[in-house]
Amino acid sequence: MRNVWIITRRELAAYFSTPVAFVFIAIFVAMTGALTFYIGRFFERDQATLDTFFAYHPFLYLALVPAVSMRLWAEERKTGTIEQLLTLPITTTEAVLGKFIAAWLFCGIALALTVTMWITVNVLGDPDNGAIMVGYIGSFLMAGAFLAIGICMSALTRNQIIAFIAGAVVCFLFTMSGLDLVLNIFRGWAPSALIETIASFSFLSRFQSLTRGVVEVRDIIFLVSVTAFWLFATVIFVDARKAA
Amino acid sequence: MTMVEIDHLSKSFGDFRAVDDISLTVSKGEVLGFLGPNGAGKTTTMRMVCGFLTPTSGTARVCGHDVVTQSRATKQVIGYLPEGSPSYDDMSVRNFLRFIAEIRGFTGQERDDRIHRVVKRLDLGDVIERPIDVLSKGYRRRVGLAQSILHDPPVLILDEPTDGLDPNQKHEVRGLIKEMSTDKAIVISTHILEEVEAVCSRAVIIGRGKVLADGTAADLRALVPGGNLDEVFRFVTTGRQAAE
Repeated sequence: MRNVWIITRRELAAYFSTPVAFVFIAIFVAMTGALTFYIGRFFERDQATLDTFFAYHPFLYLALVPAVSMRLWAEERKTGTIEQLLTLPITTTEAVLGKFIAAWLFCGIALALTVTMWITVNVLGDPDNGAIMVGYIGSFLMAGAFLAIGICMSALTRNQIIAFIAGAVVCFLFTMSGLDLVLNIFRGWAPSALIETIASFSFLSRFQSLTRGVVEVRDIIFLVSVTAFWLFATVIFVDARKAA
Repeated sequence: MTMVEIDHLSKSFGDFRAVDDISLTVSKGEVLGFLGPNGAGKTTTMRMVCGFLTPTSGTARVCGHDVVTQSRATKQVIGYLPEGSPSYDDMSVRNFLRFIAEIRGFTGQERDDRIHRVVKRLDLGDVIERPIDVLSKGYRRRVGLAQSILHDPPVLILDEPTDGLDPNQKHEVRGLIKEMSTDKAIVISTHILEEVEAVCSRAVIIGRGKVLADGTAADLRALVPGGNLDEVFRFVTTGRQAAE
């Protein structure tokens, strides 16, 4: 675990070594505000909840989370530092976990800075703070699942742009798989068991129940196991293709 | 005392056999020059010994640890300078060395002492607070050497340690290698033949993944009339003499 933390610290410092990190956080915070107030019509709804705020998170993550994860392995491979890193006395798992935790903390920092929304809704009304808490936890877990997918895509290429696009596409499929838009493609020919399976992989439906303040253990287990699965795949890909 | 024992090591990439059944040993006090034309398999062999690549068949033992089954233990006893000395460009020299020291298990005063010692030894004092990406090639190489000797390893594997350095810097690096050779086993790859004379106690010439010649500089000289090392190299790797 010590090595994981040392790698996490290095990666976090790397995020903040350029102004890009601050720009990213500013965009995230500004976008959540703009979407909630203007598109989500926060004031017109006249309800003391953050439902509209959370509703846009999956779509923001779709664009922003792959941008956080894209450099994690692609850059190591491009600059050759992967050889330096993996000939140190650490395991690939420690390296993957260290990088993931750094990226997850980075997203957590961005998410924590939206606390102004929570203050606003508490000043204006009397919201269910328990539900908001659950919403934040759900959002953080979903960011972790998106990141795990993004890191895996980053491990497959040395080109950060490709890592970004591939990450966004896979995240998109996972997010949307519960919508009729996707399911209608399968309806009519696929067995209903398959359709239900596809629908059950949707991040969106899991996340929506969490943002309503409903703590379903299976939703949390789903997000955590999706994260674990993609991180496991990342370890395998890094090991198999590290010199490519 | 045998420190590095390469045992029928082979590596294929698809149909291409990059390293083909190489066996050799390096003892304490020896500086082995690993020679060969570009693409001969020098780097691939070193990467397998350092645990970056997994051999297709065969293995190597470093200080008695098997590189395939005891990967972490081997990485602890090796100091490795990868080709081109890739290092994290966004970090300062001090932070980079600190990262390496911590991964190698040094903390607190010992970590700082070790960094201080290698910085002094490689004369990095003037650039220690600078980010690595602004350093000249010579300094970057010295940073790479600093990280490889930070934990005072019994085995040093240096992939082209003097490539791209000016004559003064080459002289310094060779001096350093000689100085360290008494209590270590050192392998350096190079295609600069003067280096063999200057620092190596023994040289191995490889070509197309196989060991073609193994001996002291004098042994190699005896292979061609006149004893010019350039001609030895040409003769051994192409089977032709320069005069032909």
